[in-house]
Formats: sequence, C-alpha cells, structure tokens
Amino acid sequence: MWLTNSSVGRKVIMSVTGLFLVLFVTFHALMNAVAIISLSAYDAICEFLGANWYAVAGTAVLAGGFAIHIIYAFWLTFQNRKARGNNRYAVNSRPKNVEWASQNMLVLGIIVCCFLILHLFQFWANMQLPELLNNELSPEFRTGEKALETIFGNNNWWVLPVYLIGFAALWFHISHGFWSAFQTLGTANDKWIPRWQCISKWWASIVFIMFAVEAIYFALHFNGIINC
Amino acid sequence: MDTSISFKLKVWRQQDARSEGRFETYEMRDIPTDTSFLEMMDILNEQLIEKGEEPVTFDHDCREGICGMCSLYVNGHPHGPATGATTCQLYMRRFHDGDTITVEPWRSAAFPVIKDLMVNRNAFDQIQQAGGYVSFQTGGAQDANAIPISKEAADEAMDSATCIGCGACVAACKNGSAMLFLSAKVSQFALLPQGRAEAKRRVKAMLAKMDELGFGNCTNTGACAAECPKNIKLSNISRLNREFVCAKCKD
Repeated sequence: MWLTNSSVGRKVIMSVTGLFLVLFVTFHALMNAVAIISLSAYDAICEFLGANWYAVAGTAVLAGGFAIHIIYAFWLTFQNRKARGNNRYAVNSRPKNVEWASQNMLVLGIIVCCFLILHLFQFWANMQLPELLNNELSPEFRTGEKALETIFGNNNWWVLPVYLIGFAALWFHISHGFWSAFQTLGTANDKWIPRWQCISKWWASIVFIMFAVEAIYFALHFNGIINC
Repeated sequence: MDTSISFKLKVWRQQDARSEGRFETYEMRDIPTDTSFLEMMDILNEQLIEKGEEPVTFDHDCREGICGMCSLYVNGHPHGPATGATTCQLYMRRFHDGDTITVEPWRSAAFPVIKDLMVNRNAFDQIQQAGGYVSFQTGGAQDANAIPISKEAADEAMDSATCIGCGACVAACKNGSAMLFLSAKVSQFALLPQGRAEAKRRVKAMLAKMDELGFGNCTNTGACAAECPKNIKLSNISRLNREFVCAKCKD
C-alpha cells in the first residue's frame, strides 16, 4: 500500500490528518467563542455534543485522526533519524528562510499533546466520558457554564498560563504544518508556496487569538474580575 | 582589507567507513584571501605530505561548479557560507583572520564516508538509473518547432536540469531526505512533452529506489533549497508529490 510503503504516501497521511485536525481546532475555537456571546447558547452546544450517537461517532473519528497523526509522526521521525546516520554535525546552522517551527515539529507536537491530555482530563473525562459510562455527572460539570467555572474559576490561576503555552505551541505547529500539507499534496508551485505560507500564518494566528481571548475572558469572568 | 589570513582548520579525519572518525586541528598561516577553499585544502595537504603525514582526502574534479564532485560541510553549511555556489567556487575572503573553520563530510546514512571528507554518493546514480532518462528511439532529429513548448515550461525544465547531483540537499536536510535531488530529476522530464510518455513509470521507480536506499522523509523544512548551490526550487518537490500521487491514483 503506497500510503504506508512510500515516503510521499506517508507524508500524504500526515497532511490529510493534519488538515483534518486544523479544521477541528478551528471549529473548537468558534464554538468556544459562543460562550463569550451567550453562556446559555454554549450550554446548548455542550448538551448537543454529549453522549449522542453523532457526537460519539464524531469523537471516535477525531480520536482516530489524532492517533494516526501521532503514530505517523513518531514513525517518520524514527525513520528520519535513522536516515541521518549515527554521526551528527559538530556545527549546525539554520539557513535563512527556514522556519524554526519546521525543524521542531515533533517537539511542538509533543507540547500540544501534553496540553491535550491535560485538557481531556479537565473537561472530557468529566463530561462526555461519564455520560458514555452511564454515570451521574457531578454538579460542577452538569452544564458547559458550570464546567468552565470549575476549571477557570475558583482562583485556579495556573490554568490560564498553561493554556496559553499550549496555544503558542499550536500556533508554531500550524504555522508550518498548514502550508506543508498543501505542499505535500502537490498543490503548490512558485506562486502558491508563498501564498500557502501566508495563509498558514494567518490561519494559525486567528485560531491562536480566538483561543487566547476566550481563555483570558473565562479566567477573568469566572474569577469575578470582569462582569460581562 | 587583509590580503592574507591565518586561522584554525578543524578537519574530520576518518580512516575508512568502519573506523571511528575524529576532528584534527591544523594551524593555517598567511593564506591569501584570493585562494579558493579547495586550493587552501591543497596547501594543507602539501604541508602534511612534507611533514610525512597522510593528506586529507576530499572529492573534487572540475573546480568550476558544474561537475558536482566537491562536497564539504563548512561551518554548518554544505558548500560553505556562500549561497548559490559550490565549495570550489568558495574563496577564503569569506573568512576572517583568527577564525576557526570546521570542515565535515556530508553526514547521511545513505552516503557512507569512504575516507576523511569523501563520501560514497553512488546512491544518486542508482536513483538516476531507476528512471532518470527517456528510453525511446529518437531517430533523426525532427524540426525544432514540430512540438511547441511554452517558454515557461522550457525555462523551468532547464532550471531543474541544472541540478549537479552533489548531495548538498541531503547533507542540509535534518531528515537526510533526497527529495530536492529527486524532484529536480523528475521535473526536468515531467515539464516537457518528450518526458510525459514515461512520466508515471519514472516517478514511481525513482521514488521507490530513493526510499529503498534509506533516505529520509521530506518534512518541507526548505533547508535543501536554501543550501542548494544551483538554487533548485522547493516547488519541484510539490511537483514530484503531485506526479507521484496522481500516478498512484491512476493505478
């Protein structure tokens, strides 16, 4: 199967799963934004994404996408390190025009993954998982608003900086991954490489700004600093 | 500006592919800045021979930037700090008095060290032999205008064909990937009608050979294109991907 046997095929898998995850984080950021506008609308979204069959199916596809992306990342990195050989260069320098993020995608991905695990423990493990197991939801997580209050409120000030670090790693990861995916899929040429790179930076920045503004708003709102 | 400089030269010495290598430091005195880097290496070797030591082995041939034989990873760059130039086109005026210049061989599992700074780049020949040619009878040359080719396609194919197969792309890539080389060799034919006839077979065979020889996977860092002495463009890699994905989808 060329998607596993050839170097380009493996990269196609990385591109397609990567673009799928970019779409996911974009929708995630948009749905969070609803909480700023109306907390009751946000509760409705949380209710909609509970243990209904479509939400569970969506979660399974999403988890599959994450799993394939992560497994391929480690597999490709292992092969690439082997191809590099045992002797490393004594002097290394990054040429101009080579993004820092492009050479550190695995590290950035690991940071995003650590953040993801924390985030799942905080929300998913207390919301969709108990519903799937037919357990009673604890009162702190019964609605979307309650969950946000439990995590960001109660003077849990460590949460905000940790989330911002996760978002920053995500910015770097997407700023390279997005255009790289289109390059791998063969949809780039001399005109489109700079265009994809520009769109990549914009997309990553918009997602980062949405997430960051939302997290800051939740931290301020649920700790009683702002009252809107 | 000084007309001659003195510096330390840290050179990788390795007896053969199986031996452990190490750096040796040599003091180079009063080297004229008009000397080319390879001439400087010649001066070092003459000094070593006079002292009864073994000279440093390194690849070189035409010394005018077209044969692709010279290599050398100088101060963290394949072909040294100059851009769009091979090591033989590098001059000592790029360096300063008192510098330490580190010279290493290409480091890649697919390019094993033969001795000192010389590596075996036979893998590139094998990739070419797998499909980097057109295999039909040409017969008598037909009229040049019989097959119209756009200026853009002709220019781009020519630019791709300037790849000299030196291996700097592999040396620069943190993944040891040969995608820039391969993409140039595929593009020079893919862009022209004469190359289209065997395009599918060519891209599949050459890519399979590259993977088989142990080169890494491309992650689009762009270090290859940034360091290429012939300025082969990154867009070639996207064309290669497009050719390969389309060929596989049509199977």
